[in-house]
Amino acid sequence: MAEGSIIISASPHVHSESTSRRMMYDVLIALIPAFIVSLYVFGLPALVMTSVAVSTCILFEYLIQKYLLKTESTIGDGSALITGVLLAFNLPATLPLWMVVIGSLVAIGIAKLSFGGLGNNIFNPALVGRVFLLISFPAQMTSWPTPFENTTKFVDAISGETTLGIIKEGLMYGETMSAITQQIPTMTELFFGFTSGSAGEMSGLALLLGGFYLLARRVITWHIPFTILAVMALMTGIFWLADPEIYANPMIHILSGGAILGAFYMATDLVTSPMTKKGMVVFAIGIAAITVVIRLFGSYPEGISFAILIMNAFVPLIDKYFKPRRFGSRIKAKIV
Amino acid sequence: MLKTFPKGGIHPAENKITSAKAIKRLAVPKVVYVPIAQHIGIPSEIIVDRKDKVKIGQVIAKSGGYVSSNIHSPVAGTVTKLDMIVDSSGYKKQCIVIRTDQKDESNFQEPEFPLNREITMDQKDILQHITDSGIVGLGGATFPSHVKLDLRNDNKVDCLIINGVECEPYLTADHRLMLEKADEIIVGIQILMHALHINRAVIGIENNKKDAIRVLKKAAKLDSRIKVAALRVKYPQGSEKQLIKAILNREVPMGGLPMDVGVIVHNVGTIFAIYQAVQHDRPLIERVVTVTGKKLKDPSNFWVKIGTPVKDLVEEVGGVPEGTRKIVNGGPMMGKALKDTDVPITKGTSGILVISEDEASRQQTKPCIRCSNCIFVCPMGLEPNLLMDLSEKGFYERAGTEDIMTCIECGSCSYVCPSHRPLLDYIRFGKSIVKKLQVAEN
Repeated sequence: MAEGSIIISASPHVHSESTSRRMMYDVLIALIPAFIVSLYVFGLPALVMTSVAVSTCILFEYLIQKYLLKTESTIGDGSALITGVLLAFNLPATLPLWMVVIGSLVAIGIAKLSFGGLGNNIFNPALVGRVFLLISFPAQMTSWPTPFENTTKFVDAISGETTLGIIKEGLMYGETMSAITQQIPTMTELFFGFTSGSAGEMSGLALLLGGFYLLARRVITWHIPFTILAVMALMTGIFWLADPEIYANPMIHILSGGAILGAFYMATDLVTSPMTKKGMVVFAIGIAAITVVIRLFGSYPEGISFAILIMNAFVPLIDKYFKPRRFGSRIKAKIV
Repeated sequence: MLKTFPKGGIHPAENKITSAKAIKRLAVPKVVYVPIAQHIGIPSEIIVDRKDKVKIGQVIAKSGGYVSSNIHSPVAGTVTKLDMIVDSSGYKKQCIVIRTDQKDESNFQEPEFPLNREITMDQKDILQHITDSGIVGLGGATFPSHVKLDLRNDNKVDCLIINGVECEPYLTADHRLMLEKADEIIVGIQILMHALHINRAVIGIENNKKDAIRVLKKAAKLDSRIKVAALRVKYPQGSEKQLIKAILNREVPMGGLPMDVGVIVHNVGTIFAIYQAVQHDRPLIERVVTVTGKKLKDPSNFWVKIGTPVKDLVEEVGGVPEGTRKIVNGGPMMGKALKDTDVPITKGTSGILVISEDEASRQQTKPCIRCSNCIFVCPMGLEPNLLMDLSEKGFYERAGTEDIMTCIECGSCSYVCPSHRPLLDYIRFGKSIVKKLQVAEN
C-alpha cells in the first residue's frame, strides 16, 4: 500500500452499478418492437423521418451545449436519442422533414436545454416538440399515411385518417357509432397496429411488449401506465354504457390514438413525472381524465399529448403534497 | 413467505466469503491502543497513569457518566503512554497505550469458559455486572447496554429481540458466533429475561444463515419462551426499527425508542458478552472481528483483543494486497474508511473490509433524473433526493420539517442512485447542521 493511495470517503462503499445511461438504453430497447411495426406498416418514410428526428435532436443538443451554453456535452447519456425516437413516434411518418427538424429544435432547445438540461425540464421534451408542430402546422400534422401504401416512396397526397379522427368527424355529422364502426379498423387491426396514425403509436401489442420490458427492468413502475389505462377505460366505459350510439367503447379508446404510447412511454418519463407512488397515481388520474374530456368533448380527436403536458406542470405541486408515509409517523403505536 | 420489513430496502451482493471460517484466536499483540471513547455517550475517565502495571480485565478507564461505560485492560502489561491517536472516526482521540508483558502467563493462556446454564444472580446483581463489565452494543452502534436495560421508569416491555441479522454484506462475525456459541447465547437471553421479567424472546436471523437458524432453533428447544425467526434477506434489516417491524409488525414512533412499543433489542454479540460477564465475571476485552475482502489471501474470523491495531489483523490474513485503495472498519454499507492500518480495533468493530481499486472509486456524479429509486428504497419513508437538495442549498429548517433527522444513514439511497449522487453524504451534513440548530433552539 503506497503512501497517499488510500481513499477515505463516507459510506456506502459499494454501489448497485445501475447507471442512468443503462436506464436510457432500456427505454430504447423497449421501443424496438414498436419501431419494427412502424417500418412494416409505413415503410421507408418512417425510417427516414425517425432517423432525421434522432440525428437532429443529438445534433442540436451538441451544438447548443458547445456554442451557446458552453457546457460539457451530454449527448452520450442517451436522453437526446430517446427524445428523438419519441418525437418521431408522435409524428405522422410522412411529415415534411424540415418540420421534423423544427420539432427537434423545439424539443431539445426550448423544452430541455433552456430549462437546464436533463433532470431539470418540467415538460416532456418530445411532447413539447409534437404539440408545437401540431399547433403550427395543423394540416400536415393531421395528415396520416395510409397503412401499407407508398411504403417505398415519399408522397404528399395522403388519404389515411386515424380511428379517433373518423369517429370524431362521423359523430359531428350526426352518424351513429354503429355506422361509424363499419368505417374504422377492427379491434385486431388496432391491436397489431395495421392502421393509420403517428409513426409509433399504432401497435398496442408492440408497445405493451416494450412496456412490460420496462416494468420488468424496473425503469418504470405500474402506477402511471395502469392507472391511466384503467381510468380511461372506466370513464369512457361509463359514457359508452350510457349511450353506445354516440360514445365509442372503451377498447377502441385504449387501442387507438396515443393512449398506450402515452401511458407507457410519455407519461412515465422519469424527469417529468412525480416521484412518489401516490403522486404517480394522482398524476395518472389527471392525465386520463383530461384525455377523455378532450376526446369526447373537445375539438381535437386525440388529447393525451395535451393531457400529459398539462399534468407535467402540476408535478412540483404533486411532489409537494403526496409524500411517502414516514416510518413511525402513525400516531397510535400498536402493541400486540 | 418469510418475514421482512415492508418499506424500502435493497439486496446488495452478499459476499459472505468467510461464513465457513471458524473463529480463530489472534495472537496477543505486543502493544494495544485502547481509546477511551469507544461507545456512544460520554468518554470514559482514565484512572491509570504512565508506567502503571495493569492486569487483564482491570478497569483502566471508568464510566464518565450515566451514558458511558467502563473500559478494561485487554492484556497484562505496562501503560507506556496516554496518547492521542486517530481512531476509525478519523479524529484524534485520547487513548491508553499498553505494552504487553511477554513474561506474564495470563496473556497467553487460552481463556476457557465451560458452559454454565445456572443463573444464580438476582436482577440487581445482573444489571450491576453488565454495567461494571463495560458492555456496549456490539452490533456497531456501541450504545452502553446498561442504559438500554434500565427499566426503572418503564416496565411495559414484553418482548426481547435478539439481533442476529447481520445484514451488512461481507460480515460474518455474528454468524460464526451464533454457530459456535449457540448455547451460551441462549443462556445470555435467559439472563436478560430473568433480569427484566420478560417472558418472550425472538432471535431474528436472515435466511442466508440457514445453519445458524438450525443450530439456534435446536439450542432454544430448552426454553419454550425463546423463538427463532427466519427473515427474508433484505438490507437494512439489522436496523432496530426495521427488525422490530419485521418480527413483531410494531412500528417505533418517529423520534421514539424500541421501548415505546414494548421491545428491547440486543445484538447476539452483546448477548454473548453479557453471558461472559454474568456467568464468568469476564469484562468486555475482546470481540469477534471478520477480516475480509475479495483480494485477501485468507480472509477469516478472529477473536481479537480490544486495542489491537488493524495492521496485526491484516498481517494475519496475508497482508494488505497490491492495489488496495480502501480499508473499512465495518461493512461496505455503513462502515467507516480508515486512514491507515494503525487504527485500533474497538468494541464496535465487527469487521475489517479491504477494498481494491476497482470497487473503491466513486463514479462521476450526474444530474438527478428523478427516477425515484432513492425514495423507493428508503426504509424510513424519506425523500433522499429532496433532503440532499435542501442540505446542498442550505435550507436546513425545511430539511428538519422533511424529517431529515429520522434518517438512519443506511446508505440505500446512495447505493441505488443511477446518477451516482452522494445523497447520504449531503444528508449527513444536513443532519449535523439541523442538530446544531435544534440544540441552539432548546
